[in-house]
Amino acid sequence: MTDITDLGVAAIRDGVAGGEFSAVEVAEAFNANVAAAQALNAFIVATPDAALDAARATDARRAAGQPLGKMGGVPIGMKDLFATQGVQTTAASHILEGFKPEYESTVSQNLWNAGAGMLGKLNLDQFAMGSSNETSYFGNVISPWRRNDGGNAAMAPGGSSGGSSAAVSARLCPAATGTDTGGSIRQPAAFTGISGIKPTYGRCSRWGVVAFASSLDQAGPMARDVRDCAIMLEAMAGFDPKDATSLDLPVPEWEAGLNADLRGKKVGVPREYRVDGLDADVAASWDRGIEWLKDAGAEVVEVSLPHTRYALPAYYIIAPAEASSNLARYDGVRYGLRDLPDGAGLQDMYAATRAAGFGAEVKRRILIGTYVLSAGFYDAYYTQAQKVRTLISHDFRNAFTECDVILAPTTPTAAFGLGEMVSDPLAMYLNDVFAVPASLAGLPAMSVPAGLNREGLPLGLQIVGRPFDEQGVLNAGLAIEARAQFTAKPEKWW
Amino acid sequence: MSNYRIHGATGEWEVVIGLEVHAQITSQSKLFSGAATAFGAEPNSQVSLVDAAMPGMLPVPNRECIRQAVRTGMAIQAQINKWSRFDRKNYFYADLPQGYQISQLYHPLVGEGSLEVVLDEKDPEGSTKTIGIERIHVEQDAGKLMHDQHPTMSYVDLNRSGVALMEIVSRPDMRSPAEAGAYLAKLRQILRYVGSCDGNMDQGSMRADVNVSVRRPGEPFGTRTETKNVNSVRFVMAVVESEARRQVDLIEDGGTVVQETRLYDPDKNETRSMRSKEDAHDYRYFPDPDLLPLELDDAFLEECRASLPELPDAKRHRYENALGLSTYNAAALTADVETAREFETLLASVAKAAGKGEADVAKRVANWVLSERPGLLNANNVASSDPKNSIEANTAIVVATESGQISGSKAKEIFEKHLTSDIDLAAEIAANQQTTDTGAIEAAVDAVLAANADKVEQYRGGKEALFGFFVGQTMKAMQGKGNPQLVNQVLKAKLG
Repeated sequence: MTDITDLGVAAIRDGVAGGEFSAVEVAEAFNANVAAAQALNAFIVATPDAALDAARATDARRAAGQPLGKMGGVPIGMKDLFATQGVQTTAASHILEGFKPEYESTVSQNLWNAGAGMLGKLNLDQFAMGSSNETSYFGNVISPWRRNDGGNAAMAPGGSSGGSSAAVSARLCPAATGTDTGGSIRQPAAFTGISGIKPTYGRCSRWGVVAFASSLDQAGPMARDVRDCAIMLEAMAGFDPKDATSLDLPVPEWEAGLNADLRGKKVGVPREYRVDGLDADVAASWDRGIEWLKDAGAEVVEVSLPHTRYALPAYYIIAPAEASSNLARYDGVRYGLRDLPDGAGLQDMYAATRAAGFGAEVKRRILIGTYVLSAGFYDAYYTQAQKVRTLISHDFRNAFTECDVILAPTTPTAAFGLGEMVSDPLAMYLNDVFAVPASLAGLPAMSVPAGLNREGLPLGLQIVGRPFDEQGVLNAGLAIEARAQFTAKPEKWW
Repeated sequence: MSNYRIHGATGEWEVVIGLEVHAQITSQSKLFSGAATAFGAEPNSQVSLVDAAMPGMLPVPNRECIRQAVRTGMAIQAQINKWSRFDRKNYFYADLPQGYQISQLYHPLVGEGSLEVVLDEKDPEGSTKTIGIERIHVEQDAGKLMHDQHPTMSYVDLNRSGVALMEIVSRPDMRSPAEAGAYLAKLRQILRYVGSCDGNMDQGSMRADVNVSVRRPGEPFGTRTETKNVNSVRFVMAVVESEARRQVDLIEDGGTVVQETRLYDPDKNETRSMRSKEDAHDYRYFPDPDLLPLELDDAFLEECRASLPELPDAKRHRYENALGLSTYNAAALTADVETAREFETLLASVAKAAGKGEADVAKRVANWVLSERPGLLNANNVASSDPKNSIEANTAIVVATESGQISGSKAKEIFEKHLTSDIDLAAEIAANQQTTDTGAIEAAVDAVLAANADKVEQYRGGKEALFGFFVGQTMKAMQGKGNPQLVNQVLKAKLG
């Protein structure tokens, strides 16, 4: 038998259900990998007992002949942006260090209800703000991947779901939750050679997820392959009356609907994404993707998304604006860090607490957001950005009159080394240039591994679909996956 | 138009007033959470995770709060916006857990409406004035800081945090303290009729921010100040008076009015500066991304409209026109919704028991409710809510009077006895039945006239005021049971 930790969600679920191995054996195997991977710093908190408890429950259900659930016996990693009852929930920020919620987020509860267990809380960029996992108060996550130059430079696992991407690709967990505000599932998935899908805005409840930018935040699965993403998304998604922006729609059976035959489908290739200076390996990977989808029976057409170049600037107004308001609640009054200097009044306490509690990138975005919302600037920035957002949505709507899904690279480059970009936030922000438009439009979008670049680092291809058409996105992803034959995995060095 | 003027050293000034009224919406739970809203609960006993702004918590609009605000808008003939949106008003304070208040700046739920106020409440048919209402929007209340619990720390009670408020913003249409008072009183009356706010100003369910400026008559508006959280009609009038006076004195002394927020001190009857425009917050309003725009469908609006009660003005006119009540009585009966409700219940009950139309008995019921009964309740310290003051007891008394079974004075006597002791009301009425036996009345009259021959002489000599004396003597002789009309008739005939 192969190592259990090389198995994905479907294989574990089926193996447990079929009695090939017990859920407890699975949990123990992954617990061991988590414990042995401190060097990656993927987890802020490991919860081996929680994983074992869930596994025992699954084994007991199986022994009693009861159904095991969509994720029965599958242990997962939980991004530390999801509130987990009684387990420290930090958003990777000092300001929430030690905070143990008395409630469980809807998405994590859905997963537990489906039979999944929790291996631990995964590291991330602080408040999900970052593209390299270098803004966490709890230290950088180190990608398990290295360049093939024989050196040992630490690589970025992407962000903000960098703990999730590192853990899944290093076989610390078969799957993990991510959240995506402007690419935070897709970009780290691309950087680490795994799959990840951000569903249509509203598919997954935001209740109990620490908010970054409410109108953009959306949870989704990160896993080894497309099928595993489909299974896990089914478990995560669903209408939640506690989230006013939740979609009141039934959850489709995405796994059962998987079909890599794309005959009759049209794939759009957006002209504006062929930016000058696009990395040659990335461009070549995109071209291969086009051929693969043709091979799967799809017709490929060029489409235009004319406002693409305004997406990133609009995103960096809207997201910080919302964040500046969403993060006002971390004030030292009711929970989390409180810094109360001697003789301090209320304003002093706010200032001291927030100065000590938030990291530099979080402060930068709070300042940007506060600025763009302030009197006299609101119309020039925020209102204008919202208009751009509407135009971006129109772009996609128009494009989808000519195609069923859109194919593009997930990122303009493969992973970069830790520390290589920190001094240049704008270059860092550009990493999300292909991911952000789908976020602004609330569209389902996924990244699937498409091969390695000349440095031996993974590249991802992105599929963007119509609203609610996760199935179309997953199917195109499956068609690529079948042809990319991506079997590379990081050499274990940790 | 009001002729209210402030007489300054340099001439006359006109005061311009606008009110922003915060009214707590009557609902079981808060605007965006399921926590309860009861007044006077233990601190922090009515706080949900949402109200405490725990990480990842989200607001979900409470349908009932929206419904109440829409019904209120309909009651002031306002435009109801089928599309509205919630905005965040951002500022830091310890009583504001989210760091922002969810309110409606750009697209309020209710648009333009108006209220008609009577300028002299003792003269309901006197001159009226229409006060414009700019908008009603819905927003969250904040919590409450407690500074007296600890020597160096302040405590916070979040029970009110997230409670639904309507902010009802008037046009600057008022020109005197009386108009401002009348507007606030009328607004409170309507809110209570609609049931969208209990109007208890002493519990903070309703409070007003009073905007005051002064100008020479006919000139453009002056700079206004806003006096916050004024919690009675009387105080609103006092604020207008003292603040207008302060502004006039200031200007006439060569100063200028600064746009600022002020507080009213009822003990000193003066306002004082709280903060000026310079250190005003930049609230950074923007649409709340946790909430979708509010879209109201026709069925919802129809239900809101259908559920509106008859409003005070319409009710007053109906009392006058259909029931034939005096203007004064109609106004008195409709002044507050409980009085009107009780009157209508009693009216229906009396009409049914007497087998008559409501219009036929309305005057008697109105007089009983407004003139006769209140004195009896007061004199005996019986609350109007006392079970003794039941609709059944009132019906029995009024019907017995209406049918001529007992006289009006007997009715009061019996009702008082009923209030203060345990009597069988029906038996008491029967025992005091007035007689219509003309023989008995004639006998009694004859005896009275015979015993008072001198007075008969005087009466016949022109002292007609003595008629009442003969009536009284006859009634006394008959232990109050003689039918007054018959007694009068017989006396008139016998006295010639």
